[in-house]
Amino acid sequence: MHFVDRVRQRLDDAELQHNLKRTRGRNAASRAAAVAAFPDFDAVRARATEIRARVLRDLDLWLEAFEAKATESGATVLWARDGEHACELIIDIARRHGVRTVVKSKSMVSEEAGLNAALEAADIRPVETDLGEYILQINDNEPPSHIIMPVIHKSKEQVSALFARVHGTAPKTDIEALTHEARAVLRPQFLGADMGLSGGNFLIAETGSVAIVTNEGNGRLCTTLPRVHVALTGIEKVIPTLEDLSTLLRVLPRSATGQAITNYVSLLTGPRHAGDPDGPEHMYFVLVDGGRADLVGSDFEDMLRCIRCGACMNHCPVYQTIGGHAYGWVYPGPMGSVLTPLYQGLDKALDLPQAATLCNQCSVVCPVSIPLPELMRRLREKQMEQGLRPWRERLATRLWAWAAARPALYAWGARIAVRYLRWLADGRDRIQVMGLAPGWTAQRDFPAPAGATFRDLYARRRQGRA
Amino acid sequence: MSTRDDILGRLRRQLGRTGSGLAEARRRIRDEIDTPRSGPRPSPGDDPERFIGRARAMLSTVDGCATMDEVPAKVAGWLRAQGLTTRLVIAPAFAGLDWSGAGCEVRAGAAGPHDAVGLTGCFRAIAETGTLMLRSGADMPPVNSLLPDTHIAVVPRTCIVPDMETAWTHARAEWRHWPRAVNLVSGPSRTADIEQTIVLGAHGPYRVHLIIVG
Ligand code: SF4
Repeated sequence: MHFVDRVRQRLDDAELQHNLKRTRGRNAASRAAAVAAFPDFDAVRARATEIRARVLRDLDLWLEAFEAKATESGATVLWARDGEHACELIIDIARRHGVRTVVKSKSMVSEEAGLNAALEAADIRPVETDLGEYILQINDNEPPSHIIMPVIHKSKEQVSALFARVHGTAPKTDIEALTHEARAVLRPQFLGADMGLSGGNFLIAETGSVAIVTNEGNGRLCTTLPRVHVALTGIEKVIPTLEDLSTLLRVLPRSATGQAITNYVSLLTGPRHAGDPDGPEHMYFVLVDGGRADLVGSDFEDMLRCIRCGACMNHCPVYQTIGGHAYGWVYPGPMGSVLTPLYQGLDKALDLPQAATLCNQCSVVCPVSIPLPELMRRLREKQMEQGLRPWRERLATRLWAWAAARPALYAWGARIAVRYLRWLADGRDRIQVMGLAPGWTAQRDFPAPAGATFRDLYARRRQGRA
Repeated sequence: MSTRDDILGRLRRQLGRTGSGLAEARRRIRDEIDTPRSGPRPSPGDDPERFIGRARAMLSTVDGCATMDEVPAKVAGWLRAQGLTTRLVIAPAFAGLDWSGAGCEVRAGAAGPHDAVGLTGCFRAIAETGTLMLRSGADMPPVNSLLPDTHIAVVPRTCIVPDMETAWTHARAEWRHWPRAVNLVSGPSRTADIEQTIVLGAHGPYRVHLIIVG
């Protein structure tokens, strides 16, 4: 389905609109409160940006350093070309260790790769254990609508009906009771699983560890109880040292949920040691490229700094109106509007870089200072260069460019346009229906020109001075 | 070509690496790892006080006693007041205390699925965020702070440090082998996945109780 049709569908969905309104602005308010309570935020944010940028400049070597340390600790490091390859590698690991059930803690790369479907096809049962991801899995593998709050689009009534249907229990609308019902269903899954699959918020080169940031504790269970632990993540997630981890942990939870720290941060390094009473016997890393390597050194390298906090979508007026599913792939909001075309192809996501007002709020709150609107603008430019935009738009742009190169013609055209707009405004300061482009004013007014064109005003002022 | 070499090769092309540049960059990276630099850190105040305040803000409960010998009685008293069982699984590091004298029935070792209360120590306690730093090992099984509904942690006052960076510096100095797991724990497990409403006890403990010793 086309983006515009998906958006229309979402806007007409009264239940979804109601759910989106309930949380609109709340995450932004939590972040604002957390930042206000932490006077050093700007300095730490600048440092976090610098760390991520520095890693990307030597990404090949940081990956080598990480690999050497991880291997030394007894883990096996595997490399995947793309999502499909990652699935093959993981199925292979599962087969080698006779794995039948995999408990999973949240991993966006697993969503990128479509891992659950691949595991099921190989007769291996994946069980999502993050509460939100679990709700989506038992609802026919619905995709997440937010990168850290996957069921932000659902109401407790919807969850209640789903649990009653799938668990065969009496419907409850008490959120605490629903949460504990899921806990009771999932606890035996943790205890019985042969493999735990986690994502990785950071890979630490100094120690060869993966750092996992969670509140629920499912990440700890997945990486402690099963015999095999696989950490699946992108190659860009490496950071140099534990000090750098400490810095990034000061901005990630504050930007994401407004917490000073999450309940759990786990640093996992290799399989269990001799004498350890718990922990996996085997540990693997699957590091996925999936389009990342080609961004290093490109116009879009900034995007690789992303630490997946979700602040950009929490502050995006477009995301908060249409919800995450309208974006069509695993990453929604501003970061998705940049990542989807880069990872899936510019032609596969024609409207995403356009689905923004360029209000710049995302880039202001991004904890690693990614200039998201600027990247969207570059993607728009690329689409135009590659002739991917509709012919009308291309023609209009070409006409504009032709006129803009001829100052006299341009000035004359601008004067006519201003006159036309003032005629449309008919004495008011807003234009309600834009004559030649009524679509523009379907949802909003257009401000009427205040007076003469800038050029006329400028010319008059110079005359006055002379 | 292996996928690894392909990915690294493409990265090197994108980065415009040359032979001599590569050797120099490798040295730079070694240096960065060997002499880790900290970013800006919030200025420290009274660490134990900050730790207790922050731990409470993360919904841990906090109690204290003067010496290690008083810990079993403190634990028993708190468990009874909460209406919880005084049967617990303790980290072997605390097996030497007089638990039966305090009326507790303890097993030293790793928690299983049926243990209701788990007790651990901590490697360091971080004042900035009210966070426990726990390391794995035979004397300190991570499952004890994970599987039971209630987690009690013994926190010697001398273990409280201003921030995470200080704790890492101590870890590098003290640990001969890097442990399999380092868990930073800040209060009971929670989720806000349904309607952004916070519920405690998502998958891990419902309550975390700290006993500051000293
Ligand atoms: S782009 Fe920035 S704000 Fe958005 S998820 Fe990534 S790090 Fe967070």
